[in-house]
Amino acid sequence: MADVALQSNRAAQAARKRGSLHRMLKRKSTVAFLMTLPLILLIATLVIYPAFYALHLATLNKSMQRFVGLSNFEFLFRRETFWLVVKQSCIFAITAVIFKAVLGFIIAHFVHNIPAKGQRKWRGMLLVPWVIPPAMSTLAWLWLFDPSYSAFNYTLSFFGIGPIPWTGDAMWARFSVILVNIWVGAPFFMIMYLAALKSVPEQLYEAAAIDGANWWQRIWYVTLPMMRNIIAITTLFSLIVTFANFDIVRILTAGGPLDHTHIFATWAFRIGIEGSDIPLGASVSLFMVPILAVAAIFILRDVNKRGNES
Amino acid sequence: MATVTIDKAAPTRKVKYGSMSRDRTWALRWSYFFLVIFAIFSLTPPIYMLITSLKSSAEISAATNPWWVFHPTLENYVGLLTSNQFLRFFWNSAIVSIFVVTITMLISVPAAFALARMRFWGSAVLATGVFLTYLIPETLLFIPLFKMFAVIGDWTGIQLINKWYVLLILYPTLTVPFCTWIMIGYFASIPKELDEAAIIDGASWIQTLTRIFIPVAFPGIIAATIFAFTVSWAQFLYPLVFTTSTDQLVMPVGIITTLIKGDVFNWGQIMTGALLGAAPPLIIYAFLMDYYIAGLTAGATKG
Amino acid sequence: MADVTLRKVVKRYDEVEAVRGIDLDIADHEFVVLVGPSGCGKSTTLRMIAGLEDISDGDIMIGGDVVNDVPPKDRDIAMVFQNYALYPHMTVAENMSFGLRLKRYPKAEIKSRIDEAARMLDIVELVDRKPKQLSGGQRQRVAMGRAIVRNPKVFLFDEPLSNLDAKLRVQMRIEIKKVHQKVRTTTVYVTHDQVEAMTLADRVVVMNHGRIEQIGTPNELYHKPATKFVASFIGSPAMNFIPCRLEDIAGKLHVRLTDRLAFPLPLARAVRYQNIPRTEKLLLGLRPEHVTEAKPHPQPGVETFDTVLDVTEPMGMETLIYFTMEGSQVCGRVNPNADAHDGAPLRLAVDLNNMHLLNEVTGVVL
Repeated sequence: MADVALQSNRAAQAARKRGSLHRMLKRKSTVAFLMTLPLILLIATLVIYPAFYALHLATLNKSMQRFVGLSNFEFLFRRETFWLVVKQSCIFAITAVIFKAVLGFIIAHFVHNIPAKGQRKWRGMLLVPWVIPPAMSTLAWLWLFDPSYSAFNYTLSFFGIGPIPWTGDAMWARFSVILVNIWVGAPFFMIMYLAALKSVPEQLYEAAAIDGANWWQRIWYVTLPMMRNIIAITTLFSLIVTFANFDIVRILTAGGPLDHTHIFATWAFRIGIEGSDIPLGASVSLFMVPILAVAAIFILRDVNKRGNES
Repeated sequence: MATVTIDKAAPTRKVKYGSMSRDRTWALRWSYFFLVIFAIFSLTPPIYMLITSLKSSAEISAATNPWWVFHPTLENYVGLLTSNQFLRFFWNSAIVSIFVVTITMLISVPAAFALARMRFWGSAVLATGVFLTYLIPETLLFIPLFKMFAVIGDWTGIQLINKWYVLLILYPTLTVPFCTWIMIGYFASIPKELDEAAIIDGASWIQTLTRIFIPVAFPGIIAATIFAFTVSWAQFLYPLVFTTSTDQLVMPVGIITTLIKGDVFNWGQIMTGALLGAAPPLIIYAFLMDYYIAGLTAGATKG
Repeated sequence: MADVTLRKVVKRYDEVEAVRGIDLDIADHEFVVLVGPSGCGKSTTLRMIAGLEDISDGDIMIGGDVVNDVPPKDRDIAMVFQNYALYPHMTVAENMSFGLRLKRYPKAEIKSRIDEAARMLDIVELVDRKPKQLSGGQRQRVAMGRAIVRNPKVFLFDEPLSNLDAKLRVQMRIEIKKVHQKVRTTTVYVTHDQVEAMTLADRVVVMNHGRIEQIGTPNELYHKPATKFVASFIGSPAMNFIPCRLEDIAGKLHVRLTDRLAFPLPLARAVRYQNIPRTEKLLLGLRPEHVTEAKPHPQPGVETFDTVLDVTEPMGMETLIYFTMEGSQVCGRVNPNADAHDGAPLRLAVDLNNMHLLNEVTGVVL
């Protein structure tokens, strides 16, 4: 609506022919454009251009002198490791996100349950994993998982368990990587849910209690529907971030043992940067696009819906 | 009247729920029980960092109880804080983060103001674009960016790869979209009448931004600054790809590439380094927790 | 100080015309109130005078100069907003002086103007507080102070009292009137509250659907409304409208309400309505104060009739009575001592000297 008003204004101004350079510089749309110009340039040159450049790179041969069409992709499809990476990326992202979402929801509920006075303290403690740079905290996990000095195995040995090859065995390594990811990401869900829980009006619970709803029914019929939007957005966000994760896998296992924990980002790094095959690395990372795009579309739909509601 | 209000402020759950007070007590006990478990889960790695950082190499390799420090020593801290190399990493990280925060705020605050208030042709599309950009992970772009900068180096002779300042160009791609997005949210929550009052008072758009919007949305500015700082401080992939010489490295990469030498893990020093690397964000978080959390939730809730 | 003139001003959003050609002359020192239901275009008109909205068509003149393309800051106006729009991070004094500081007035001048305005509005002790520490009424005063210190040609008020509670609203209404009497600045005031309009204005502009329905002094609007809209909008409780038609009975012009009820018109009215076709569908407009309990002595032009009351509302100084006539509810005001009870019969009198006759289709007052 404002846009239209502006346009008619512009038309009127053009008709009156009083436009000088000075006037134009003072005009709202010109000022606004100049204020957003750095942002536009940044996005155009460092995000949009490289994204398309990746498409171009993916069609070149290893020395980047010859156009090879889709043969990089054909090559990937024939490699077993590639399918392993696809499988692992999906398992990694989906499992981690589900656990983060559920755990975050449970923790948020417990924090919300206790008297308001103490909530700040608990919230503060529980968010620490999210605050520490993941590269740093993963080092701590690496040390906790150390094959010979693992503090976990030391503790478990008292219960007659172990030693567990945390990063040495394919299945355990996958478990470890997902565990660390949950540790880093669950607090984020907790914080988002907690904010959403606080926004549910107390009267709704009182009304539900008067209607005879028990604890579980209150969650199912009041809390969850009220939080549906925030749950959806947070989950999709997390799905993107988890799917594109690099730090944790790189530091904890570097993709090993025998590529059994590689995901798209780490494998692309291994091939593109460490293996100096930039076109093939670009091809690998491009496989992240479809799932990211789907998640992005859903997020955008939700964000717009929220925008329309308010 | 006064006594009634005081009663209300005090924990009146018991009064409110009457017969349900027994249930509530149990619910509370369970809540605390699980919160303690989750807190242990959350704090084990950082606490273990601290424990290990206080041990000598001898104690670490002696395989005594790893959860206890028998002979606390500060030798790891002394060793790192007197090492020029480590101080160099810290310095690089600090410089990069401060510059990136400055660049980010200079780009995103005016842009957010324009997008939130000065509706112009294409502004809605651009706002959506900013949000989408925020969703593009760095792991998608590092390979083409690496090649781009290599090509630029070949063409112009400006060597960007393996220089710490290349990070000043790269990090804003991660910080600017999100900061712009949350600033749009903060600016949009300012009543429209406030800028109209400023316009009638004779303020230009720039003056409205600097003298009204920035002071009023100051909590948002702090939240965005914290976000930009923590992202630049924690970023691992870009410095790993773009810098290799030890004098150009930032903290996370520096610790991982220099303290891990082949198979020899000096865990005491690594944990000390990790703890020192985690310290700046943790300190900021400790003092500005509310702003930190506001920024975190603003991104998704202020859509 | 200056006069404000609007010439065929139009505001279009998309295909919707919010303001459809307004002509208005506001004299120097005059206090004009734009009143109307929400969405009638009154706020848009005010914002176009302020320069916050572009004009789609027509001209706006302030002090004789066309200001269509003049930005708000150069129009020499001050505006008071509905939600006060005080800068939350500035003290009261800083809020009031912001405009002057932007224009780089000397410090001493700024200080003396703030002192003067603060004294006038009785907010001297508040000048160092932040808006958050003020009550609604105090914020309203500060918002007015911010307008006063600028010493502009025109004051613009956009529903300034609608966020206040009823009691404070009455108090601030008087305050605004006092300030205007002191500073005598040309004022355009927008409100949806007809009481505010009547009490404040030198002249009231009643707007509806983007057009001006009528311009006049409060008394003119009350006693000589031009349309049904104005007649029903001004006055509370609202004017009654009863379907009727004219009829000649025994050579005298009567207004027939029901099959059994027809009143002879007073002479002045009979002359005025003589030429209206007798078949025309009409509405009889009667203000509640002209429907009262029957007095023992007949008065010229006052006719009596019997009815049964539906509901009575004792207000203390009077009692409002409601009854039904030809399917429409009619409200009257009777003495609290009159024998008016819910569901009880009562003999009422209508004062036809103050009647209005409206065309039922066009709503025009005849």
